[in-house]
Amino acid sequence: MRIPCPICGSRDIREFDYMGHAQALDRPDPGAGAQAWDDYLHNRDNPAGPTRDLWFHGMGCGAWLVVERDTVSHEVTGATLARDVKGGAA
Amino acid sequence: MAELVARTPCAGLLPIAGGGVRVTEVDPGPMTAIAPFRGKEKTLAGALKRAHGVGWPAPGQSEASGDLRILWFGHSHALLTGVAPKPTLANHAALTDQGDAWAVVQVEGAGTRDVLARLTPLDLRDGAFPVGACARSEVQHMQAAILRVAGDAYRVMVFRSMARTLVHDLQVAMRGVAARG
Ligand SMILES: [Zn+2]
Repeated sequence: MRIPCPICGSRDIREFDYMGHAQALDRPDPGAGAQAWDDYLHNRDNPAGPTRDLWFHGMGCGAWLVVERDTVSHEVTGATLARDVKGGAA
Repeated sequence: MAELVARTPCAGLLPIAGGGVRVTEVDPGPMTAIAPFRGKEKTLAGALKRAHGVGWPAPGQSEASGDLRILWFGHSHALLTGVAPKPTLANHAALTDQGDAWAVVQVEGAGTRDVLARLTPLDLRDGAFPVGACARSEVQHMQAAILRVAGDAYRVMVFRSMARTLVHDLQVAMRGVAARG
């Protein structure tokens, strides 16, 4: 598997660490309530098909990426800097 | 007062040769990480040009001017080597002294790419990695930087604490290449 890092270009999977679903970027408001925080912290879908994950290019440029891939075909369809998705200091 | 004698990261480990490759230690002089403050990328590039005569390196690129070399060194930062940074750069970027932090070796000779291919997943072929190209990648399990300085000469950098491991891994790869003849 290869991931198209927006900075480094296409790189081997061994340069990256999987950091969980991109849902981690959607941090609820502090007062959003127990259900929203429970979902954010603990509950994840397990899709058969397209999904969005966070990957860390720790053996490369050091950027966090949002990678779009398909869990059925294993096709990687895109990658974006988490900073550009989220804004702020990601 | 005690006289402290500086030891280079690969002291006693290099040079080594084999598999059509020679590995020597490089002393790049001062090393400083330059990380632009948010929104200061443009003014930093101007300050760098005025202070040191080189541009801000695009991802995967480097530029040399005499003893000075500036390497793209990852997401939003570069490494200045060979000279101390002019103080004006500090108005636009965080400057971090990296001297003594890195082991720098030069790997050269006809077998260089065969040896490095055993250690890194990076595409080092001419079309993907011409002279001057600079990448962050993996060398065995170490976070490394690789810079191509000539047709069959590459510099490999790892954290200083891993100097002995780097030399060992290079040695094993060189023996492997040599064994294939
Ligand atoms: Zn990258």
